[in-house]
Amino acid sequence: MAIWVNDETRLLVQGITGKEGTFHALGCREYGTKVVAGVTPGKGGETVEGIPVFDSVEEARGETGANASMIFVPPPFAADAIMESAAAGIELTVCITEGIPVNDMLQVKAFLRDHPTRLIGPNCPGVISPGYAKIGIMPGHIHKKGSVGVISRSGTLTYEAVWQLSNLDFGQSTCVGIGGDPVNGTNFIDVLSAFKDDASTEAVIFIGEIGGDAEEKAATWCRENWDLERRPIVGFIAGRTAPPGRRMGHAGAIVAGGKGTAAEKMQAMKDAGIHVVESPGHLGETVKRALGR
Amino acid sequence: MKIHEYQAKEILRRYGVATPRGQVTDDPEEAGRIAEGFGGRAVVKAQIHAGGRGKGGGVKVGKSPEEVKELAGKILGMQLVTPQTGPEGQKVRKVLVEEALDIASELYLSVTLDRANGKPVIMASVSGGMDIEEVAAHDPSAIFRLHVDPQLGLLPFQGRAVARGLKLKGDTARKCGKLVAALIKAYLDTDASLVEINPLLITGGGDVLALDAKMNFDDNAMFRRPDILAMRDIEEEDPSEVEAGKFNLNYIKLDGSIACMVNGAGLAMATMDIIQLHGGSPANFLDVGGSASQEAVKNAFRILVSDPNVKAVLINIFGGIARTDRIANGVVGAIQELGNVTLPVVVRLEGTNVTLGRQILRDAPFSFIVAEDMEDAATKVVAAAEGRAA
Repeated sequence: MAIWVNDETRLLVQGITGKEGTFHALGCREYGTKVVAGVTPGKGGETVEGIPVFDSVEEARGETGANASMIFVPPPFAADAIMESAAAGIELTVCITEGIPVNDMLQVKAFLRDHPTRLIGPNCPGVISPGYAKIGIMPGHIHKKGSVGVISRSGTLTYEAVWQLSNLDFGQSTCVGIGGDPVNGTNFIDVLSAFKDDASTEAVIFIGEIGGDAEEKAATWCRENWDLERRPIVGFIAGRTAPPGRRMGHAGAIVAGGKGTAAEKMQAMKDAGIHVVESPGHLGETVKRALGR
Repeated sequence: MKIHEYQAKEILRRYGVATPRGQVTDDPEEAGRIAEGFGGRAVVKAQIHAGGRGKGGGVKVGKSPEEVKELAGKILGMQLVTPQTGPEGQKVRKVLVEEALDIASELYLSVTLDRANGKPVIMASVSGGMDIEEVAAHDPSAIFRLHVDPQLGLLPFQGRAVARGLKLKGDTARKCGKLVAALIKAYLDTDASLVEINPLLITGGGDVLALDAKMNFDDNAMFRRPDILAMRDIEEEDPSEVEAGKFNLNYIKLDGSIACMVNGAGLAMATMDIIQLHGGSPANFLDVGGSASQEAVKNAFRILVSDPNVKAVLINIFGGIARTDRIANGVVGAIQELGNVTLPVVVRLEGTNVTLGRQILRDAPFSFIVAEDMEDAATKVVAAAEGRAA
């Protein structure tokens, strides 16, 4: 099996009537995801390529039994969309939107304490369980069903890792992009914990980047909770060449106050027994070697 | 986004933070007159975005209006080099002329986001005027930390706790608590990502003032803060970064010789890393966006090759949503438009429509160096930059 996204996923898309929302709702459906509803306030009653549109998440969930949401709402309104999905009892909310203000996300975090939904993102590529379903903007065709879990902050760097794996005939159980923002819903440890309980995941690629200390915490968690002998983890940190004080694209990717460097993070991974690759070109083959195949 | 000290003080004063009296100017004569208004003695402070201005000679005290005028004349127009500007320095276009106050002690106070628990954190230290990173490295226990609930703002007892953390007593402690509350309100109201008061001044009379002020803001929130956005000073930013920003390109200039164009921030960082691993040095960070349009690619290429340090270009695109045929067309179009590109261009394309994309490159009237994967691309571009075959 895979984590979070599977055969039982019934997806609604918030912001489905926008250009991106329509494009990716159809992309998910084409991949095999059951896309059961769309939500755009004021456009209830319309349809998008046969997908019924509702005014609210509450109605969409009531009418269609949707249990997951994918959000393509523009940044000024995206935090509201996340909280609406949580209030309506959606179990999994994947927010693709890039550029949500930090203060809005602090509100979201506070709101989610009383309204348990698993939020992935924002500013992320989404989640895919190859062979089952995808919720996100990743190209489905590069993936293969299999047993390697992938966790990353970034979109295209995740595709790179997946592509290397698929080329070596290593499929993936689930690939999760947690997003590049400093405040997000699901962190590395949440994903690692889910992989730990997933019998179908026999190895993991864990891609971090500069900024913050989430990678260090996750590495410590691995040392204490993960059987690295039996289930290897391959790690990489992007941004070793980044100068301090400059934000490298992602709002969270910044070396500030001498903290959050790639060197510190790679060392923490090594100390935990993770197979750290120096070159992002060696992710796939290191998994292969670590699994002894 | 960053703003100048005088602008940060303007904002903070609106929230009730006490600062020395002062006025900004770009004219030495006027600087002298401002000093006269303060009784003659005044501090002249260069207004550039980079920190460490005092170390570079950008902050001076004048004892008379004549001396203030002379100092302002020297500082205005100088290329101020500080530990944060790089060797070329930053041109000083404005100075802040402030009254000189008597200093009993200098403290440190800041507010920023603690990513780990998603709350603003106040940091305070009795070692004012020093680099807080040095304090943190030398004696982490010397920094007092307190988290603030963004929904509640600063609670009165928390203001008292910060004053206690700074070892202040009586009326001074009360004034400090008030200042911290104002600081938090300003931080939350303006979508700031950092407010730093270093030093926080305690005068002989027990008053508490922000002697220096630095504010950074959340770029993502500036759509709803037009008053803050109006304070942006484009002169302080790198011209090629400003140009890239017009086309929604995420570009940061570095000092290496291999230009790179990549889609996605993570892959862009990884591409810079692999260049360095192969002995080269990246000339920039550039993310053309996950859905890289033909137009974005064209403008990106133009900006990359305008850097005189660049010896070779590496284009690494993983087309997921971005179709690689469009990217290829964008690159070919840019080269045709520029007309005289003599730099070697290594291209690694992968993903959606890759066969078509590679065909477009092969058919173009320009010989690209085609790479199979990231390792191959890095090897080839480093060789090309050194003027040899891979």
